[in-house]
Amino acid sequence: MNFTNFGKYLLLLKAVFRRPEKFKIYMKAIFQQMDFIGVGSLGLIAIISTFIGAVMTLQIAFQLVSDFIPKTIIGSVTRDSSILELSPTITAIVLAGKIGSAISSEIGTMRVSEQIDALEIMGINSPGYLILPKLIAGITMVPVLVIFAMVLSITGGYLGGTLSGAVTPAEYIQGITTDFNPYTIVVALVKAFVFGFIITTVPAYEGFYVKGGALEVAQASTRAVVVACISILACDYIVTQLLL
Amino acid sequence: MIEIKDIEKSFGSNTVLKGISGKFEAGVTNLIIGGSGSGKTTLLKCMIGLHTPEKGSVEYDGREFTQMSFEEKIEIRKEIGMLFQGSALFDSMTVEENIMFPLNMFTEQSFKEKLERVNFCLERVNLPGKNKLFPAELSGGMKKRVGIARAIAMNPKYLFVDEPNSGLDPKTSIVIDELIKELTEEYNTTTIVVTHDMNSVMGIGDYILFLHEGKKFWEGSNKEIAHTDIEELNDFVFASRFMKAAKKNF
Repeated sequence: MNFTNFGKYLLLLKAVFRRPEKFKIYMKAIFQQMDFIGVGSLGLIAIISTFIGAVMTLQIAFQLVSDFIPKTIIGSVTRDSSILELSPTITAIVLAGKIGSAISSEIGTMRVSEQIDALEIMGINSPGYLILPKLIAGITMVPVLVIFAMVLSITGGYLGGTLSGAVTPAEYIQGITTDFNPYTIVVALVKAFVFGFIITTVPAYEGFYVKGGALEVAQASTRAVVVACISILACDYIVTQLLL
Repeated sequence: MIEIKDIEKSFGSNTVLKGISGKFEAGVTNLIIGGSGSGKTTLLKCMIGLHTPEKGSVEYDGREFTQMSFEEKIEIRKEIGMLFQGSALFDSMTVEENIMFPLNMFTEQSFKEKLERVNFCLERVNLPGKNKLFPAELSGGMKKRVGIARAIAMNPKYLFVDEPNSGLDPKTSIVIDELIKELTEEYNTTTIVVTHDMNSVMGIGDYILFLHEGKKFWEGSNKEIAHTDIEELNDFVFASRFMKAAKKNF
């Protein structure tokens, strides 16, 4: 995203936060989007988080071969990695693909079929009507999904570690309960909030300014996912640097 | 009444509109005609605020539109209905929800009142009982009629219609044209139709503004259009063999 695009992105955000025409209609749209972004992604996030937790435990166990390191450390490393990095970032990148492409193609198709023009002619603030419900749903549901992913990732680690015999249930549970720092949850939720903002607004921007037809909508959708993923990784680094 | 004065619009180095002026009265069907690339749709978009002209003004009953703030423009837009070339119906909504949409956004009517208005608009465009269909289930002509129903749902003072006959068969085109004319006269709206369809020009053109290469070349009525000696206009109006043959009868 070059500076011109970034400027247009900021101006679009400014328009998004104009006063809604009717709160009741916006509320209905927000709940619909929460269902789409949150409930609609639960299955995918559950599968990915469980397997990532399981694989991570196995790999940590594989690398910790020294007799001087207690096996409880496997649980601790799985817990901290899941909470601080893997759950927020992997969840966000998966959602950028699933939700981001859907948002970009939905808004892009509305643009090329003149539906956005129709909204504006009616006197409706189209950025607000189309993007604000998605944004609010994103910044509320992505943290919920990240908490869900943390729990399942740690549970997946337990299943993977104990079923393979890499770690005993007692060692794993002792590991995940020892020296737990609740601040790591705060850092993860801050990341989730920022990622929720990116996952909804970057694809919305790409879709909103599409010109052309079906090909351009598809290109915008691809660009939206790529830009959103890069933005997520950059913001991941910035938030980690600032908060830890 | 809508009055445009000296409208100029460019895209980069390409000047699309070169000082267009005109007056569109209420209660008559006003047509903007011209060949492809003559600037018709750009002029329409300048009039409704989707494009901002570099020069000139657009007045809605004396209210200067181009210099208005965002909030002031919204108030004018609540008085505007528009039928888009591709109908621009919201795909995810049924016919009923499409027509009810502006009522939901801008009125405090009960659901029963809004439904009555939707049914009235659907009857007015000869589509009673099609409430629960989705746009994907409608033919091109039906989409246009639903688009008109949505445009008139809020009782607009100003009605804009962009290429109402594109993609329609001649019979359906005439039905749409007549519907636009009837609604204009019935509700005394200021109606502006952008078209290059000669059936529309001869059928409903009470006032016609002819654009050629971004300039206003001619204005008049459908009764006068066949008797001009402007070469560019004659080339446009009598381009088809049918119209050349019919010219003798005008």
